[in-house]
Amino acid sequence: MGVSDNAKADPVLSNFAHEVGPSQPIAIEGKRTRWNLNGSLESGAKVLPAPSGIVEYKPEEMIVTVRAGTTVQDLNSHLASHQQRTSLPDRGGTVGGAIAVGHNDLHHLGRGPVRDAVLQLRYISSEGRVITCGGPVVKNVTGFNLHKLMVGSYGTLGLIAEATLRTNPIPSEQTWVKTTIDPKLILSILLRPSAVLWDGTATWVHLEGYLADVDAQKTALRKYGTLHEEDSAPELPACRWSLPPADLFNLDSLNIGRFVASIGVGTVWAEHPQPIRTPDKGKQLIEKRMKQQFDPENRLNPGRLVGNWT
Amino acid sequence: MSFINNLKNAIGRKATPDPFVSDLTSALSKDRVRFDATQRFLHSHDASVFDEGNAGPVCFPTSTQEVQEIMKIAKTHGRSIVARGAGTGLAGGAIPLGAPAVIAMTKMNKILEVDIDNRIAWVEPGVINLDLSSHLGVDGYHFAPDPSSQQVCTIGGNVANNSGGPHCLAYGVTDAHVLALEVVLPDGEVAVIGGLDPEPLGLDLRGAFIGSEGTMGITTKIAVRITKNPPAVGTLLLSFSSMRAAAQTVSAVIAAGIVPAAMEVMDQRITKAVESFVGAGYPTDAAAVLLVEVEGLTDGVAIEASRIRDIGFEQGATGIRVAESDHERELLWKGRKTAFGAIAQIAPDYYLHDTVVPRSSLADVLEKVDEVAEKYGLIVMNVFHAGDGNLHPLLLFDVREEGMLEKVHAAGAEIMKISLEAGGVLSGEHGIGIEKQAYMNQLFSDDDLDHQNRLRYAFDPDCRSNPGKVLPSGHSCADIQALKKVPEGIWG
Repeated sequence: MGVSDNAKADPVLSNFAHEVGPSQPIAIEGKRTRWNLNGSLESGAKVLPAPSGIVEYKPEEMIVTVRAGTTVQDLNSHLASHQQRTSLPDRGGTVGGAIAVGHNDLHHLGRGPVRDAVLQLRYISSEGRVITCGGPVVKNVTGFNLHKLMVGSYGTLGLIAEATLRTNPIPSEQTWVKTTIDPKLILSILLRPSAVLWDGTATWVHLEGYLADVDAQKTALRKYGTLHEEDSAPELPACRWSLPPADLFNLDSLNIGRFVASIGVGTVWAEHPQPIRTPDKGKQLIEKRMKQQFDPENRLNPGRLVGNWT
Repeated sequence: MSFINNLKNAIGRKATPDPFVSDLTSALSKDRVRFDATQRFLHSHDASVFDEGNAGPVCFPTSTQEVQEIMKIAKTHGRSIVARGAGTGLAGGAIPLGAPAVIAMTKMNKILEVDIDNRIAWVEPGVINLDLSSHLGVDGYHFAPDPSSQQVCTIGGNVANNSGGPHCLAYGVTDAHVLALEVVLPDGEVAVIGGLDPEPLGLDLRGAFIGSEGTMGITTKIAVRITKNPPAVGTLLLSFSSMRAAAQTVSAVIAAGIVPAAMEVMDQRITKAVESFVGAGYPTDAAAVLLVEVEGLTDGVAIEASRIRDIGFEQGATGIRVAESDHERELLWKGRKTAFGAIAQIAPDYYLHDTVVPRSSLADVLEKVDEVAEKYGLIVMNVFHAGDGNLHPLLLFDVREEGMLEKVHAAGAEIMKISLEAGGVLSGEHGIGIEKQAYMNQLFSDDDLDHQNRLRYAFDPDCRSNPGKVLPSGHSCADIQALKKVPEGIWG
């Protein structure tokens, strides 16, 4: 009997697994902030909310375990009591939703992607069983990285019920500055800005750390242009693009409209949607087999097309 | 001596002709498909203590196309394959079971492209870890994962094992530094997984592949994220009169909201061995030393170094030394990174364990490890990535003493049990290989392992890629079939 068998004895998880059951189309819902991404849920599917609440928070370990239905805002409020946070984006949704969608935060450049924050997941399988993957510590190579596969899988391989996440200290100083300095130059000057956002004309830079370091970074930038203090990031257009960072300086050739690009990362918030991307054939083959392995009857979130397995 | 005797025996044996070899030779060239007993013997081992490897033909491809050819020929013949980098693995992950073709990736060793503006480099899997950082150093960048074997281990091996290293505390292990992979699947198909863009289309197969220990295919090109060298570095060496105080300091630093670039602990035995080897000025009278490195901008480094000094003294540090020059820092790190070599002064053999526990449990777990060593009459030494809670107890022994290896394995099993009971995991960076397969069901349930096996099947439905590894045999029946595919008597 493995340590993770304990998860099956957890009444919250076992009740959730019971509700999911072994048959019938089923979907999980958070706050529906990104409900219409990657296809529409097929009608007739039973829709369930995930359990919510903080299970365990170890600030001295910089680790938190949380039920998937907890909002990111509630989680971050809880962590803020110990001057910590996660790198999950807070768009009004839930922890499970943020992991299932896998979209990274605006501060991806400095704080890393969502996938790096996820240490362990517990999900309900298409057979209605509680599965544990990853591990509850900050470093782990025990077995295969099933938890990485679940990030961004839109609940099509398993329904996320609980996550153990890495937390990070909140820096004592955070500030936005706006400038017209070339964003490539900014990236080469600064050590680890948490965001460099460019709309084709102006650049917004988010600096965080110790006050003296933040001031030193501003001083370094002022050698190349004027800085204006800003209260927040620029307003972001609604559509999301994912591009290699080298392509961000050729956006004029794309039908993108007004945009804000995350320099050094490749995320672009744009007026127009990104055209459908061409999947790699070899990758598609694996994704098709993956769906057959994890959900052969296509009962989990039917209608969502993450891996082009139709 | 057993290694030399085995080698002599192996050279004395001649392999029976195998049509698999002639097809491989046609696809590559005679000099890059070796099936003499010496090559087979050398490629039957890695850096682990396990001795049951049995290599079939050893192939040295130079391109993705050649790897594809090998995979297709292996499929046609119903044979398995094992990829191999520098063979520095400690869990037996590269040990060939059932006489598979060994695919040595060391000739695919080019740095293909470096894009400093966008912090990306494309490399072939045979590039040596430290060579990449040396190459990038001219431009002020490096590749962050820095395993102790970084002078010889390959980036492809780092991907297979999701390797770590001292500086992964702040920067993360290999997975956090790999953007995309070109992989050849066991049926010869090529797939590009991950991407240079931040949210690639589809499932994160990249993340699933990294750390799969060669069981899902072979990577032939790797896009890595490169890291800018920090302008300021502070290195502190803290001395303690007890291991408990050193371990508690680690926990207190993290609890204070500081995440140093590295936090490494060495006990007195290993410190003495290291000091006589490198002469870095390590305090040999301390029960434990803690090597801490903070990196970043000048003021932040000074603030954190000062806070760590304060925490150290609060926890009972008997001395704190700050490296005053790059040379002094390099010497301290040389001591840490060559610690395992220094052990030869004490005993002829050692078994290096690798488990992870919550950082706040370090002190208690280390005391229990000492009790286990005492129970089995073994010498234990500790040199480990304390900041991650990644323990590396070294059990010292002389393999010539009868029954000693069995004692070492029994002690190792107890250390794993203690780590799991503390809320930890079986491995932090060495992987499972064949070393810890049998213990996987102490951490995971049958259902969990079944799902890990499904993941593997999606990449390798026939289980021909490094069969017999990671998952316990009861959870991977096809592996057993793959291991039985070798014609009787051919590769004995």
